[in-house]
Amino acid sequence: MSDDIYREIILDHYRNPRNKGKLTDADVTIHDSNPLCGDEIDIHLKVEEDKIKDIKFEGRGCAISQASASMLTEMILNKPLSSVKNITKDDILENIGLMNLGPARIKCALLSLKVLKLGMVKYYSDRDPVAAKQVRDDSKLY
Amino acid sequence: MMQKSALNVSKIREDFPILRRKINGNKALIYLDNAATTQKPHSVINAISDYYMNYNSNIHRAVHQLAEEATVAYEMTREKIAKFINARSPNEIIFTRNATEAINLVSYSWARRNIGKGDVIVITEIEHHSNIVPWQILGDEKAAKLEYLRVDDRGYLSFQDYERYLQSNKVKLVSVSQMSNVLGTIIPIEQMIKMAHDKGIQVLIDGAQSVPHMPVNVQKMDCDFMAFSAHKMLGPTGVGVLYVKEEILEKMSPFIGGGDMIKEVHKDRTVYNDLPYKFEAGTPNIADVIGFGAAIDYLQAIGMNAVREHEIEMTKYAIKSLERVKGVTIYGPSNENHRGAVISFNIGDIHPHDLATLMNDQGIAIRSGHHCAQVLMDRLDLSATSRASFYIYNTKQEIDMFIDALERARKVFRI
Ligand SMILES: Cc1ncc(COP(=O)(O)O)c(C=O)c1O
Repeated sequence: MSDDIYREIILDHYRNPRNKGKLTDADVTIHDSNPLCGDEIDIHLKVEEDKIKDIKFEGRGCAISQASASMLTEMILNKPLSSVKNITKDDILENIGLMNLGPARIKCALLSLKVLKLGMVKYYSDRDPVAAKQVRDDSKLY
Repeated sequence: MMQKSALNVSKIREDFPILRRKINGNKALIYLDNAATTQKPHSVINAISDYYMNYNSNIHRAVHQLAEEATVAYEMTREKIAKFINARSPNEIIFTRNATEAINLVSYSWARRNIGKGDVIVITEIEHHSNIVPWQILGDEKAAKLEYLRVDDRGYLSFQDYERYLQSNKVKLVSVSQMSNVLGTIIPIEQMIKMAHDKGIQVLIDGAQSVPHMPVNVQKMDCDFMAFSAHKMLGPTGVGVLYVKEEILEKMSPFIGGGDMIKEVHKDRTVYNDLPYKFEAGTPNIADVIGFGAAIDYLQAIGMNAVREHEIEMTKYAIKSLERVKGVTIYGPSNENHRGAVISFNIGDIHPHDLATLMNDQGIAIRSGHHCAQVLMDRLDLSATSRASFYIYNTKQEIDMFIDALERARKVFRI
């Protein structure tokens, strides 16, 4: 049964997302969508000396994708950008408390991590191609 | 008093083995995703395995007995389809992989020769991506323009727009779906075809949602092209149909080149095969075409008028039941006579994917998302809807269980 997916904390992040919005002075903005279901996420990052100083997301989609994005922004704020490459699928699922999602819905939960990783690679590519190659090699998407 | 039903649904259900399946351990499958694809009766499954077990061979090219039997069975389906949609001749029936390929065939073989710079192709805002993207590709290549007839919130078209475009004398093709796969709206295509023909303009009908669900008569509607898919009408995947009026087909150049579509091949020239074989290159999907023949037989036996009547009954009941659920918004016409058995809706702020997950817990298969109609979703300012769509084997009891499951989802989301 999926009732336990839609616990209070998921519904809370879905209805009151944290760090939702735009960053006008973002160092990097990245967008991706899930073609299967149309969920969309944009992530804006402000980075200073490899630290994520600010993060905002925009998006539309299901409760799982939007709550997961909201929780990810809280998890990563003020952390080193390079640490993003070490975040795994299980980290995300643990973070949102949903270890048993089926193969279709797991993509919803992981969309924001995918976008964040793409954003990290883009940030380094624009500035430091060697570091970019390194993070790209190190960071398996999931 | 029991109301007399159009179909003997309990008898029909026995013919569909998948309806005995359980979901999540013990929940009976309630399949409400028929606009995406329908289930298959025993007769279709058996026709396919019978071909593979008893007369598997390539068609049209050998004289041995297996080939002869396979060719006869394959061509029989063509005749059945011609009768089913009342084509003048089986030569007007071309087999493709699906409705999408049928539309692309028209784009490559007909439109590329007949549409040029500055010409206009008219479609509508309700179209499935398969009746948008081929015309965008062609438009880019030929510098032709694609115009969308606007629809109102329930999917009714603007005839003023239509008349204005037709008056411009630039329109070379009108391509419209007879029924919206999102809103269910039935489009008055006979009137549209007549207006186009008065101006000498050709019309393609996307019948993917209409041919499976209502009587369709190509001579009466007088369309020039029509596309549909076997898998949405009890048949197997991998088979589609393009109907083309013979006089147009005669002038069309081939789509894909290769074997079976030729009469003679020399180093410097090729003589193409007769109609319709000229448009069917390579070994076709023989087994599934034969399976499709069994699907047509099945629908003919129960009658398309009865199918339509059953679906009107189901739609009316479903809309009435849905209207009683708190927080539900229903899209599309409210008059069941103006629509097919496809109902898109939303409930509160539950995203359709979350709803589909909760419905699946109860064994109920519904669709969620943009339904390959993003132009329409943008027009309606929606990112996604939930969609329940019915067919001949669905019952009112299933609709009741669907409504119960919706109420349950509402509680999970504290609406
Ligand atoms: C209105 C309409 N047109 C075309 C199609 C495409 O059918 P197919 O995917 O079988 O080519 C569909 C299928 O969803 C449809 O609903």
